[in-house]
Amino acid sequence: MPNASVDISSAAAPPERRPARRVRRLWAGARPVVLPLAVVVVLGLAWEAAVRFFAIPEFLLPAPSLIYSEIMAIRGPIVGHTLATLQTTMLGFGVSLAVSLPLAVAITASPAIANAVYPLLVVTQSVPKVALAPILVVVFGAGETSRVLVTFLVAFFPLVISIATGLLAVPPELVELGRSLKATRLQELFRIRLPYAVPFVFSGLKLSITFSVIGAVVGEFVAAERGLGYQILAATAFFRTPIAFGAVIILSAMGIILFQAVVLIERICFPWSAQEETSRR
Amino acid sequence: MIEVAGVAKTFEAQDGSAVPALADASLAIARDEFVAIVGPSGCGKSTLLRLVAGLMRPTRGAIRIDGEEVTEPRADIGIVFQAPTLLPWATVLSNVLFPLRILGGLDDAAEARAGALLALAGLAGFERKMPRELSGGMQQRAAICRALVHDPRILLMDEPFGALDALTREEMSLELLRIWTERPKTILFVTHSVPEAVLLADRVVVMSARPGRIADIVPVALPRPRSFDQESSAEFQACAQRIRGHIFRRRAA
Repeated sequence: MPNASVDISSAAAPPERRPARRVRRLWAGARPVVLPLAVVVVLGLAWEAAVRFFAIPEFLLPAPSLIYSEIMAIRGPIVGHTLATLQTTMLGFGVSLAVSLPLAVAITASPAIANAVYPLLVVTQSVPKVALAPILVVVFGAGETSRVLVTFLVAFFPLVISIATGLLAVPPELVELGRSLKATRLQELFRIRLPYAVPFVFSGLKLSITFSVIGAVVGEFVAAERGLGYQILAATAFFRTPIAFGAVIILSAMGIILFQAVVLIERICFPWSAQEETSRR
Repeated sequence: MIEVAGVAKTFEAQDGSAVPALADASLAIARDEFVAIVGPSGCGKSTLLRLVAGLMRPTRGAIRIDGEEVTEPRADIGIVFQAPTLLPWATVLSNVLFPLRILGGLDDAAEARAGALLALAGLAGFERKMPRELSGGMQQRAAICRALVHDPRILLMDEPFGALDALTREEMSLELLRIWTERPKTILFVTHSVPEAVLLADRVVVMSARPGRIADIVPVALPRPRSFDQESSAEFQACAQRIRGHIFRRRAA
């Protein structure tokens, strides 16, 4: 059987190649996660080495190992602070969405409302929120209300703009199609404009969730007895720099996780929207 | 069936000056007639289509369908645009059913009708696909099905094949004729292409630009069913020449 040898060699060849291909495919999938993690690890090691080598005092620049041990030493209270900041962030984010959606609909529905509201929106954006926060505390007291309000003021603007842009980005033919079918304004809004705006809404939500974390910290800087922002202030007041650094690291982790959560929600609930955004990029 | 009587449409430019888009157009279209409108850009052919659709009101004159003046959009009209403009979040089937979702009358029978329409347009098996998974030609077929799903008596088409490549375009023209033969409608078909107009239409309305007006109405006496074989016939060439004559004479003047 002269063919047998051919069969064996052709059957033997793929198993040699296949693992290599599988490894390459695995790497292609893991690269977006592994590469940035590797960079962080390398930078962390360089940081650790530099601090030890140059004997930098810990109140100026603590080593990563020290930050870790100091944070772990008070992990109970730190979890409480993290949850407090998370609550303010999510409340501010929720209020932003609840206000932005109807506001954007109103702005795009009538030029008169747009003319009346747009200047006000720009004013709220040009006022530095850090300057506004103490005034809000005087008016609303040093409670969760003022912190959520500061968060909202920081986070809602990009959301309103994105949603309004999305509502206006509908192709005119689609609106004409609706009108030719005698669609009411409500039908036009719910059947055409709002669904069409979904990818834009999510662009806005991604910005807004990141800004919400910033807003919550600004709020806590001014008036709080808990939260990671408060923790940073309290720690630096006593030169406990490692704790402050730890709080900053937890904050950025929180921002990244919340951002990715929004991305995930879009992929699961509106897969077509996630694809639209990728193709637009 | 459709009567355009002395219709003019003037738009207001941003600086407040009046821009005439269409001047004194008169035209009568019979039931189940296929009328093509040809002309250079800016001759008001899309404006005429939108006036018939009731999407805008004429500045002067009137448009009547079965003797009834058109003052607002009507449920017995289907529209196809140059871009397919399918809803990106809905499946092909849902897109075709969209008019019924707005007009009412969405039921199992309607779904079966939409399926039959898709099969007629060569899209059987694509009901559950998303628009982005379809080629441009297939998307436009779906858009034509969408315009037909509420069984309108009138089909308005605004350069429906304008965004397609030449080969797909010819294929789609023949498909449209086939669909029209199976489900007769009064069709008003705007196009830039002279051969396309002659191949498809019973009569070709030639328009000239600035201000848009009807220059000539050319009857096409080619027998049906039509095919591209007729392109070399004397009648086809005579019609095409007559249409081109109007367009280029105006342009040279």
